[in-house]
Amino acid sequence: MSAKPYGLIATFDTTPSVYHAAEQVRDAGYKKWDCITPFPVHGLDKAMGVKRSNVPKFSLCGGLLGFTTGMSLIFYTSYVSYPLSVGGKPFFSPLFAFPVSYELTILFTAFATIGGMLFLNGLPMHYHPVLKSDKIVSGMDDKFHIVIESSDPKFNLALTKALLEKAGGKDIQELEA
Amino acid sequence: MAAQAHSSAAQPAILNEVNPTPFPRATLVENNRSFGWVTDKISGIIEGKTPTWWWVCFVLACCVASFTVAGITYLVSTGVGVWGHANPVNWAWDIVNFVFWIGIGHAGTLISAILCLLRQKWRTSINRAAEAMTIFAVVCAGIFPVFHVGRVWFAWYLFPIPNSNAIWQNYRSPLEWDVFAVSTYGTVSVLFWYVGLLPDLAVLRDRFFKAGNKVRSFCYGLFALGWRGSNRHWSNYEMAYLILAGVSTPLVLSVHTIVSFDFAVSLLPGWHTTIFPPYFVAGAIFSGFGMVLTLMLPLRAIYGLQDLITQYHIDCMCKIVLATGTIVGYAYGMEFFIAWYGANPNEGFAFINRAFGHYAWAYWIMISCNVITPQFFWFKKVRENTAFVWILSIFVNVGMWFERFVIIVTSLARDFLPSSWGYYSPSIVEIFTFFGTFGVFSVLFLLFIRFLPVMPMAEIKSVMPQADAHGHDHH
Repeated sequence: MSAKPYGLIATFDTTPSVYHAAEQVRDAGYKKWDCITPFPVHGLDKAMGVKRSNVPKFSLCGGLLGFTTGMSLIFYTSYVSYPLSVGGKPFFSPLFAFPVSYELTILFTAFATIGGMLFLNGLPMHYHPVLKSDKIVSGMDDKFHIVIESSDPKFNLALTKALLEKAGGKDIQELEA
Repeated sequence: MAAQAHSSAAQPAILNEVNPTPFPRATLVENNRSFGWVTDKISGIIEGKTPTWWWVCFVLACCVASFTVAGITYLVSTGVGVWGHANPVNWAWDIVNFVFWIGIGHAGTLISAILCLLRQKWRTSINRAAEAMTIFAVVCAGIFPVFHVGRVWFAWYLFPIPNSNAIWQNYRSPLEWDVFAVSTYGTVSVLFWYVGLLPDLAVLRDRFFKAGNKVRSFCYGLFALGWRGSNRHWSNYEMAYLILAGVSTPLVLSVHTIVSFDFAVSLLPGWHTTIFPPYFVAGAIFSGFGMVLTLMLPLRAIYGLQDLITQYHIDCMCKIVLATGTIVGYAYGMEFFIAWYGANPNEGFAFINRAFGHYAWAYWIMISCNVITPQFFWFKKVRENTAFVWILSIFVNVGMWFERFVIIVTSLARDFLPSSWGYYSPSIVEIFTFFGTFGVFSVLFLLFIRFLPVMPMAEIKSVMPQADAHGHDHH
């Protein structure tokens, strides 16, 4: 018995065709599937039924952590560890601690945002059945693809293939796992 | 026309009555190019044979960069006294150069972050190179304050790392704020740039793999992190990009604000003014766009990128130079007004001295380059003459260097006590070190255009008419 394929991949030539096909795959009730596009297609999230990204939650945590780090770093170093009177100014004030805390807020937010994006996307992942396909070159260039995974409960080689064909998919192939 | 007819159904009825003149949107990619053309054009720059001009420029840039290396080596082995600083001018070319380079970097972040938030689609063609410019400019800027500390091997004292003296940094000082501002700026700029590069590195990975170049495919692939254009990934990616743009915007404004605090928080006449933060930020964007034009116009001509950097892009950049240059000119005038209106004799003297004192030559170079030069951009004929735009952009760069020189040196050379007044001239070591940074910058920029995509392919494709999923009749 041959190995079970990872899924089916279908090619689409234009942005509108992949958009409408995505709507059909969504309405057919598939969950484990994806569109491969060379650039972010506006509105495709809605057509696929993808929910709003969770990246902002990571960003917020990063920002709060950064601001707290800045304030506590300055409080600890100038008020607790080694209080040093400079020009008779207070040992700690949130005002002079603000610029550094502000910068650290931004720094931590940036790291958290990128870290969160990579985490949610499961990257880095240098091996993936889609990357193994010959279609990836055009998929990164000017063609659009829909991949339906065989692990989807609704996956059925013949029926899924028929759906993709009906949706306008060309050159439908099985993806090697 | 077709687009208007198509969308008229969804528009308010009043529009049919008043019948407004159709105002065509500017084309961002000319000659109806396809997605594939964009990929081939931009990847082709990297995949092609290294051109001879590249080697000539690279060797030349390395020679120029060696001046910085020699100047710094001499400084480290001898002492900071090899620079021309002496009482009362203890901040001179080093800080001038630092502010100059940092300011140049700001246009890159403006293009990538602020114009992204403002949905200015024309930014897509120039943002990659402008961001690279930012990073390389920060590298050049960093050299000066780091070596100005004198004993550079103690430069780590700038950061809150426990040391044997058990003493910490003085967080009441704007100089310490600057350490955090500039290092955050450098780091976030690199991160933002890298996130933008991810999809394009994946393109190169697959193209080199197909072409059988396994080594280069591996190198690009390593940094592409396995990007596969998944729309579920794009969804998170776009959100992350938007947030990065959102945090980079206050960042870029804060960095030059804090740089200006280095001066404004002191009590020196000519420095102690509240106008400094907005004035510095406008000046930074002005000089940065000057540098973007200086770099992009030759790049456009050499690689034949006229379809991607269109006349519309040049127009937009020229207009930003005009707007910010005019703000800078206004700030020069307002400084004089406040010096008079404030009725502080020291402040008044500082400004009269700038315009008519020993450094008047520098002041008038600054005025002619920064106030007069941009006014040419009012004229469409000028904006359409690429060679002339390029020459004017050089004047902007020169003028902005002189602005920092005027601010820093004239104020210090004539401070409160006439007995300590002096005249500062740079030493040959300083001149070499500064001259060399142009080589450092060029080396980095040349490596960038050779090995990385000079334009964000994915972003350009997403603003092309074919990218519209609702399929208007564009072909």
